[in-house]
Amino acid sequence: MATDQALHGLDSLELGPLASQESGARRLARRGWAATWPKLLAAALVLGAWQLFYLSNFHGDSASHLVGDPAQGMGNLWDQLVRGQLLAAIGTTMERALVGYTLSVVVGVIVGAIVSRIPPLRAAIGSIITGLTTMPSIAWFPFAIILFGLTDSAILFVVVLGSAPSIANGLIAGVDYTPPLLLRAGKMMGLRSFALYRYLIMPASLPSFVAGLKQGWAFAWRSLMAGELVVQIAGSLSLGVLLNGDQEQLDLTSAISVMIVILLIGVVVDGLFTKVDLAIRNRRGLLDPAIA
Amino acid sequence: MAAVELTGVSKAYRTGRGELLALDDVSLSVRPGEFVCLIGASGCGKSTLLNLVAGVDRPTAGRVGTGGRRVGLMFQEPALFPWLTAGRNVELALRARKVPRQERRARTAGLLDTVRLAGFGDKRPHELSGGMRQRVALARALAQDADVLLMDEPFGALDAMTRDLLHDELERICAERTLTVLFVTHNVREAARLGDRVIVLSSRPGRVIGEYPVPRQGPRRIDSAQVARIAATLTDTLREEMGRHGH
Repeated sequence: MATDQALHGLDSLELGPLASQESGARRLARRGWAATWPKLLAAALVLGAWQLFYLSNFHGDSASHLVGDPAQGMGNLWDQLVRGQLLAAIGTTMERALVGYTLSVVVGVIVGAIVSRIPPLRAAIGSIITGLTTMPSIAWFPFAIILFGLTDSAILFVVVLGSAPSIANGLIAGVDYTPPLLLRAGKMMGLRSFALYRYLIMPASLPSFVAGLKQGWAFAWRSLMAGELVVQIAGSLSLGVLLNGDQEQLDLTSAISVMIVILLIGVVVDGLFTKVDLAIRNRRGLLDPAIA
Repeated sequence: MAAVELTGVSKAYRTGRGELLALDDVSLSVRPGEFVCLIGASGCGKSTLLNLVAGVDRPTAGRVGTGGRRVGLMFQEPALFPWLTAGRNVELALRARKVPRQERRARTAGLLDTVRLAGFGDKRPHELSGGMRQRVALARALAQDADVLLMDEPFGALDAMTRDLLHDELERICAERTLTVLFVTHNVREAARLGDRVIVLSSRPGRVIGEYPVPRQGPRRIDSAQVARIAATLTDTLREEMGRHGH
């Protein structure tokens, strides 16, 4: 039938040529390199800046060895790694991060879900949540320490307060910005109450929710570092404790190395969120094909 | 009995500057299986009228009835869910109607075949062309087992060639399923090409100002003489109506 053939022809014309026939291994190598070189460049820039700082002789007294060069710093870091000290510190800190962040996600999702469902709460609690996201988490420490003492709980409390509002906000924004046309289509289809949430509003708000999770992680990590510097718990070795020790011993070289570790962990976790975000946007066709 | 019946329907909206009368005393009756095109300039309340028939909105005065028939709605945008494949989009409409799982798969395949998209079920909406997406939307509307299909400028955003082919397709599908269609458009040729009857609405407020039956004389084309003649009459009526609003 003529219409049928014309339609099929038009379809294949509009879909354009097939993807390039590049072999799997080559494609993997190209993508791997594309993902790696910016990170190598970033590392080189950081170490280069350190080297310049070292050469600038900032304190005007290079003889006192206030700061070592990057090679010395990395050697120092390696030393701590071998002695197990660094790994133990990272372990404690990451455990707190994991527990704190998990709690934040639970709290953020519950609060976000309730607030987005109940309009009167939306106005009242919504503005409190926005207020909380702008509150520097370090300002919570006096409150937390008086309440919990110098304990893990005080740190976790501040981590949750720092990051849960962002997560709740991401969820609420996602629900708010569900495209009205899709809502209309969903209702015409007969999606009601729970099904409407399950099949339309939740998936529609996923990108915004992931953005909230990502921002929540950044806030959790910052709050945790502030917490470990302010709340020193006897007998527990964490990145904060290492950094504090360096401050007391005026060991600038070691302080910079620990800071690089903190930076690295933050960047790696953030990278995971970015990957998830890109995967979602790619599936939905929200990425420029030139990048994807 | 009519498939869609509007009796003395008026619809007013409250706006910042007072009340806006979108539809004024519109009476309209569509027979089962009839294809009726609604045409009018901007502000004729076409979309309002469809919303009333779909039951998304209530009239200020008058009655709207579909005799308990299922109503499906299609928009100018396909409004597909971007996180689902084409097949899943169609299947969701079946799921919303509580069609059992085993049956859903077969019916989804059948519906995609109906709109000539067999084999594209695994593609996501953004991987399809505009015309293909609109066909998925049609399959989804058909999945609602609607007897009455309301179409709000469904081909308005497509290029002329694609639109022309989709006219043939829509005609075939409507004949196969004896669908009653209320089709809103800005395009006089499209209205004359598709409709069994074309209804012209005035603007601000929307009133019925003309009705033009288009008798079936064998297969129609967008460029056939009958279509051109009726399109010309429609254009004249619309221009006259638009002129009334100029100063």
